[in-house]
Amino acid sequence: MKPARFEYHAPTSVDEAVQLLGSLAAEDGRILAGGQSLVPTMAFRLAKPGHLIDINAIATLGQIGSKDGALEIGACVRHAAFHRPVVAGPLGQLMSTVVRHIAHYPIRQRGTFCGSLAHADPASEWCLVAVTLGAQMIALSTRGARTIAAEDYFTGIMTTALAEDELLSQVRIPLLAPDTRFGFREFSRRAGDYAIAMALVTFRLDGGTIVEPRVGIGGAEANPRRIPEAEAALVGKPAELTTFRAAAEIAAEVVEPMEDMQADAIYRRDLVRAMTRRALEQAAQ
Amino acid sequence: MSGKLIGRSVTRLEDPPLLTGAGRFAADVSFPHQLHMRIVRSSYAHARLLAINTKQARALPGVYAVWTAGDVAHVPPIDFRLTRVDGLEHYRQHVLATDRLRYVGEPVAAVFADDPYVAEDAADLVEVDAEELTPLLRADQEPGEFAPARRTEPAIVHKEYGDVDAAFRAAHTVITLDLAIGRHSGVPLETRGAIARHDRARDVLELHGAAKVPHWNRDQIARMLGRAPASVQLYEGHVGGGFGIRGELYPEDLLVCVAALAFGRPVKWIEDRREHLIAANHSRQQTHHVHAAVDAAGRILAIDNAFFHDQGAYVRTHAATVPDLAAAMLPGPYRVPAYRAVGHIRLTNKTPCGTYRAPGRFESTFVRERVLDAIAAQLKIDPIEVRRRNLIGASEMPFRRPLDTLGTEIVLDSGDYARLLDRTLKAIQWDGVRQQLEARRRAGEFVGAGIALFVEKSGLGPFDQVHVTVDTSGAVEVVTGAASVGQGVETVIAQICGEVLGVNYTKIRVVHGQTDRIAHGLGAFASRVTVMTGEATRIAASKVRAKAIETAAELLQAPADALDIVDGRVVRAGVAVGPSIALGDIARALAPTANPRPREPGLSAEGWFHANHMTYPYGVHVAVVAIDRDTGAVGVERYLVAYDIGRAVNPMLVEGQIVGGFVQGLGGALFEEFLYDERGEPICVTFADYLMPSAREAPRTEVLITEDAPSPLNALGVKGAGEGGANAVGAALAAAIDDAIGRPGAVTQLPITPRRLRELLRES
Repeated sequence: MKPARFEYHAPTSVDEAVQLLGSLAAEDGRILAGGQSLVPTMAFRLAKPGHLIDINAIATLGQIGSKDGALEIGACVRHAAFHRPVVAGPLGQLMSTVVRHIAHYPIRQRGTFCGSLAHADPASEWCLVAVTLGAQMIALSTRGARTIAAEDYFTGIMTTALAEDELLSQVRIPLLAPDTRFGFREFSRRAGDYAIAMALVTFRLDGGTIVEPRVGIGGAEANPRRIPEAEAALVGKPAELTTFRAAAEIAAEVVEPMEDMQADAIYRRDLVRAMTRRALEQAAQ
Repeated sequence: MSGKLIGRSVTRLEDPPLLTGAGRFAADVSFPHQLHMRIVRSSYAHARLLAINTKQARALPGVYAVWTAGDVAHVPPIDFRLTRVDGLEHYRQHVLATDRLRYVGEPVAAVFADDPYVAEDAADLVEVDAEELTPLLRADQEPGEFAPARRTEPAIVHKEYGDVDAAFRAAHTVITLDLAIGRHSGVPLETRGAIARHDRARDVLELHGAAKVPHWNRDQIARMLGRAPASVQLYEGHVGGGFGIRGELYPEDLLVCVAALAFGRPVKWIEDRREHLIAANHSRQQTHHVHAAVDAAGRILAIDNAFFHDQGAYVRTHAATVPDLAAAMLPGPYRVPAYRAVGHIRLTNKTPCGTYRAPGRFESTFVRERVLDAIAAQLKIDPIEVRRRNLIGASEMPFRRPLDTLGTEIVLDSGDYARLLDRTLKAIQWDGVRQQLEARRRAGEFVGAGIALFVEKSGLGPFDQVHVTVDTSGAVEVVTGAASVGQGVETVIAQICGEVLGVNYTKIRVVHGQTDRIAHGLGAFASRVTVMTGEATRIAASKVRAKAIETAAELLQAPADALDIVDGRVVRAGVAVGPSIALGDIARALAPTANPRPREPGLSAEGWFHANHMTYPYGVHVAVVAIDRDTGAVGVERYLVAYDIGRAVNPMLVEGQIVGGFVQGLGGALFEEFLYDERGEPICVTFADYLMPSAREAPRTEVLITEDAPSPLNALGVKGAGEGGANAVGAALAAAIDDAIGRPGAVTQLPITPRRLRELLRES
């Protein structure tokens, strides 16, 4: 569990980082931010990057704040930054609720929000947040900047629309309306483990009926995604258990579950059903 | 503090260095000019080894050598330490694979390099050419071929007494259960490590990083390498957890020794975590087909216990220990008039197995207590009542069970099992718990409670030897061949020595695990140290005390029987002021140069303790659980361990042993399992996949330590504390989960994962 040989680079500006990545991507140059996934993978020699481009010295990438109706999260913002709400209103609260489920305290001190999105583990809580809330990813390369919408961003297990020479420099998440309700539930074997299934839901209430529902499911398929069929079952309905049960049932039916050591398809559907219903109940409280 | 020390929860002598960063673990040991060893491991579960190409690896700058089996052809396979059974010897492991690869992780080649990174780079360059064979992954399917003319069932453990068949013919009811225990193991925080150095000036081969059984390993290494035992010395540093698996003699230990001799340079090997999870001993995996004959009142007439023990790819140092214990200990605290155990030792293409905390008992307690619960359910008798009807009575002690294990006859030395059951039920307020659970169940919750009883064993002999010496400063040194795996040996031995000798226990240095300090030692396993080393210490300290008082009597001109030792000074017993003499001064008076010359110089003595029988502590576990019916998750709301250990030398350390053991038992019951895919590839090779419970999963453990039944086999009455916390966790949780879901006998397999439990819930 000693990594293979690599060359280490520590750029001090975004431009320099992008230049380095542009020239080293072909030699398997990789960005190092928090290192909480990449470094263990290197220790197992499952990854043997020829070059590591450490972006931790680039001060601007550590910035977080709201601008133009969106929360902007720089590439070096740690999970721990979200322990307390980073922005007033439901989005800040949602993220501080979700972050408690990400691994363990020491890992949250090092690992980064954008790193999770670049890594794109199917069970990543932040990926579920991004896709459910319609985040935008800002990708930088020597060819310039481009914005990737969340629905176009995830392309498979641990694969994204980012090109090898692109740095995920920032993620923007639209702020939530002040009366947005949210619920988040995940199931894992132990506290801090990768979720076997999780659900993130948001909606608003208009005279007791549900408007603008979003139902996101993570951990169950190759990528987290919204479940439009379940959302349709919520629109205009009263926020009560029968509604939630029906939507949860639909979510459980329409997912195409991964199968692994922890869960076969039928068990993952059970978990999707339970997590969706509980997230909806939590949102209604 | 001196005076009364035994029975007090004094703080640990071991802690200051550990808590201040002064500890020295295997990885902290380094020598100038050392080479680093990296093992190339088989990526095949089963294959014919055709060729190994080391050319590229050898060519890498910084690589000193690359070895394959031919380079260590003179080293015999690693022998058995315990429970040797004829026929097993053909299934021992060579230090490097010869012609077949039998598990993923098997050492195939060893790379030696100037630094560990280069060693790992070079290991990646070693090419193994092999022809893959079909792996055998289940112990309960038809045996296959281990080697030409050698089947994968090397031996059967058979233990029997009474007329089993007649009992079944006469039975009112026959219970039949098929049960399975999952493959898991002890996972110490510190992985294994071995650092060998050949001191050519003295021609002594040193091995650092030893643990558990340094003397036995020293003797074996000497024998295997054709050296005199005195020319091989093992040194134990701090050890980050043992649990049965750490400290046994493994291929890597031999490889560093052979290499250090061959290269004339020290050789260091530190196991990484992935290696640990595939290369160090696994344990526990057994399937049992058990039948019980019972009468109309639920009394057991006979048990017929057929089981398959998944030994993995080779038979290691424990030989038949685990299946032998599983067979012998299954009857537990119950009167079982007739009994038959047939244990099939089966080899599979998985990591070889050995002992893990409560070996054979975690498994057999699960089986036995499932049987008791099944009797209760089938005959509609309360589970507590059915146990009471079968318990061996206090008046029957000592109770001779016509079985043997670990080379000793089973004679349950002392115990009042019914009394401990009563005390347990009172402590947890069983009736109140039942009522609360009933109310919650009516409200729709899936909650339940379960109970399991067991008998442990401890204090395995046959001997222990201790030297106690007081130096001229009054400091006391106790030298023992026991070992410390973190359990508190130094503290406990110092407490015993301190009380007997009249010395503050913090003034006592306990030396352990150093083969060059004492000729004999059996180390630390089988919950033996407090019993065996403790009694040898008491004997040695008593002799030193007598000698000190005898000498002081002359110096103080007082009759010996009027003297006592208090806080390291010999004083007149019961007299507050008056003449006294420090033990250090007595030691000076006993120096070989003293005038007058002492009859026998030195304030020191040797203590020997021999024992042909083990001591048998016993306990009760109670679990209260809540099931999440949607997910199958088990929440352990309460857990109580009651344990009678005869006499607790340090109750705080006993409690620590019990709580730690419980959490490991919880792992085996709900979380931990080494899984393999259909090609025999291990799936659980990281802590993300091998799920040990953390503080969040473990409930606060309630501990009831009792001293109702001191052992008659040693003067202090002590029994061992190491394994009672783990023993019955699978059994108690299985019962509680059955109760919670209202389906007696539903749990037949450990670990009880949420997926499996959800399947059970879906059925109902």
